[in-house]
Amino acid sequence: MSDSDKLVVVEDLYMYFPVTAGILQKKVADVKAVDGVSFFIRRGETLGLVGESGCGKTTTGRCILQLYEGMRGKIFFDGVDLTQLRKEQMRRMRRNMQLIFQDPFASLDPRMTAGEIIGEPLKVHNLAKGQEYRDQVAELFRMVELEPFMADRYPHEFSGGQRQRIGIARALAVRPSFIVCDEPVSALDVSIQAQIITLLERLREELELTYLFIAHDLSVVRNISDRVAVMYLGRIVEITDSDELYSNPLHPYTIALLSAVPIPDPAVDRTRERIILAGDVPSPINPPSGCNFHPRCFQATDICRVEVPKLKNVGGEHWVACHLVK
Amino acid sequence: MATTTDEVVLQVKDLRTYFYTQEGEVRAVDGLSYYIRKGEAVGLVGESACGKSVSALSVLRLIPYPPGIIVGGEVIFQGQDLLKVSEEEMRHIRGNRIAMVFQEPTTSLNPVLTIRRQISESLELHRGLDKEQSLAETIRLLRLVGIPDAERRANDYPFQFSGGMQQRIMIAMALSCDPQLLIADEPTTSLDVTVQAQLLEIIAELRHRLGTAVMIITHNLGVVARYVDRVNVMYAGRLVETAPTDELYARPKHPYTIGLLASVPRLDSPRKQSLRVIKGLPPNLARLPKGCAFHPRCDYAFDRCREEVPQLEEVGPEHLRACFYDADKLQRVDTK
Repeated sequence: MSDSDKLVVVEDLYMYFPVTAGILQKKVADVKAVDGVSFFIRRGETLGLVGESGCGKTTTGRCILQLYEGMRGKIFFDGVDLTQLRKEQMRRMRRNMQLIFQDPFASLDPRMTAGEIIGEPLKVHNLAKGQEYRDQVAELFRMVELEPFMADRYPHEFSGGQRQRIGIARALAVRPSFIVCDEPVSALDVSIQAQIITLLERLREELELTYLFIAHDLSVVRNISDRVAVMYLGRIVEITDSDELYSNPLHPYTIALLSAVPIPDPAVDRTRERIILAGDVPSPINPPSGCNFHPRCFQATDICRVEVPKLKNVGGEHWVACHLVK
Repeated sequence: MATTTDEVVLQVKDLRTYFYTQEGEVRAVDGLSYYIRKGEAVGLVGESACGKSVSALSVLRLIPYPPGIIVGGEVIFQGQDLLKVSEEEMRHIRGNRIAMVFQEPTTSLNPVLTIRRQISESLELHRGLDKEQSLAETIRLLRLVGIPDAERRANDYPFQFSGGMQQRIMIAMALSCDPQLLIADEPTTSLDVTVQAQLLEIIAELRHRLGTAVMIITHNLGVVARYVDRVNVMYAGRLVETAPTDELYARPKHPYTIGLLASVPRLDSPRKQSLRVIKGLPPNLARLPKGCAFHPRCDYAFDRCREEVPQLEEVGPEHLRACFYDADKLQRVDTK
C-alpha cells in the first residue's frame, strides 16, 4: 500500500495535561492522556477507536484536529504535517476536517436557529452568499433527512436525534473529507441510535468521507468500522479489522472488554466465556509501570511489570501490544 | 396473571401516574400491570420517557406532587396495597423492605458524610442496631459488595471513591436492611463496560445468596438478557410485551420489541450489517396518538390499530403482548 492511500497518519503522539497546585500554580504532575500513539486512517475508511472513559480516545481525536497546544508527535493529513502549519494555514486546513460531538444538547448554541447553526461554517469560510447560501443550507437539511422549513426553529424545539442531525449537517457544510465522530450516538435512545448510524453510513458512501469513529460501545463501533483500535490508559493495545477483532482478539484487555458486552440473545450469550476484570481503570496521572494494564490482567507475568510492550504485527492488519502474544 | 399470590412479592395492577404540566395531562404511566415473584429478577425495558422510572417511583410513592399524581391502580406488596398505607408506614417500607438503587451514585450519596455514617444511619434507624453493631455490619456489607480494605475505606467520603465503587456502596446501602425487593433504575448506565459487568455480577450473586427479588430498569436489552428471568417491555406508559427472558428473545411477538432487537448492533453479527431502523420518534406523552401508541412507527399497523387500544393477551406460557397483528406472522428479524 502506498502512503497516498492514507489520509491521516499519526506518529508517536503524546499529549500530557499539566496538573498544577498551590498559589503559584506550579506543575506537580502530568495527566498522560495520550501516551505514545501511532496509527493511520485510509481514504474512505472508518477507523473505530474504543476504550473506557479516561483512556484518551477523545483527546486523540482532538489532537488530530489540532485543538490543543503542547502535543508532541506528528500528524499528517493528506501528506501535510499539521504540526508544522502556521495558524492561518491550519485554519484553512480545518475546512477539510470536522468534528461531531457527543452531546447534542450542549453542542448547539441555544440562541441560534437551526438554519443559522448549519449555515455558520459557510459564512466563516466564505463559501456561499445570498441565494446560493440559502440553497446550500436547504440542501444540508435534506442531506440529514430534516425538512428545510425547520430552519427557523431553535435547538430546544428538536429532539435529541434531530439535534444530532443538525450537528452532522453543520459538520458537512464545509464539505470536509474527514470527520471525527466523538461518541455521536451514545446519548441517544437505541431506536434513534440506529437511525443516526444508518445516516452516517449513507453519508460516508455518498460523500466519500473518511471517519474516525470514537465510542465506548464495542458493538456500535464494530458495526460501523472497517478497522478498530482499542485504547487503554493513553495507549493503543490492539488494532485490527473489525471481523478479526471479534473472531480473534489477542490482547487480554480486548478479550475482557468483548466478554463484558452482552449479546441480546440469551441462548448465545450463555455460551460465552465471561471475564470479569478486577478493579477500576488506574489514574492516568500515575499509570502503572511496564504494560499499564498489568495490575488488572489475568495473565500478567514479570516482564509485564517492567517493560512497555510495543505494537507488533501478528499477520495481515492485526497489531497487538502484549508481551504474551508471540 | 400471577400464579399463586403467596409467592408474589409485588403485584402492580392498572397503575396510572399522570403529570399535569403546561402542555396538559402527561400520562407517564397509563394502566400498567406486572408482578414479581419472591427471589425473581425481572427486567423493565424501554426507551427514555416511556414511563419506566416513573413506574418505579410510583411503587415507592416518590412522585413529586405537584405536578405528578398517582391517579389510580393498586400496588400490592406482600399482601398490602401501598397506595393505601399512611406516609408513616410508607417511610418504614422504603429503604427497609423495598430498596432502590439509582442511576447516578454521585447525586444519591451525601457528599459531606462518611460512607460509614451513611450506611450505619439506616442500620440504626431501620434495624435498631447500636453503634458498635452497626459499624461491624457496615463493614460486612462493604466487603459483601467487594470494597477492598473496607475497615479503612468506611471512613472515606463519597468523592474519594470512583463511580463504580460509589455504585457498590449504593448497593451495600440498599441491602443493609435485607429488603424483599431491590429496584435498580439504570444501575450501570453511567459506568464503563468492564465496571458494569462487575456490578451486575454482584447484584446477581447477592440475589442468589440473599433471595432478594430484583427489578432492573434499563434501556439496554443486552443487560437484561444476561441477568433476569423475565422481561417487561414498556412503550408510552404501558406494557406492550412480557415474557420469560429466553422466550422473549427467541419469539418476540410485539413489533416494538422486534424493532428494538433489530436496531441494536450485535457484537457477533458481521460488520457493516445494516441495522433495521424503527422509523419516527417516540411519542409525546402529552399528545398520544389515538389507538395503539406505537402505530405511527409500526410497519404492521392497520385500521384497527389507529382506532382501538390493544390489551395484553396471552400468546404463550407467561407470554403476553398488546398487539392486534397476527402473532404467528411476527418473528424476530435478526441482524445476524
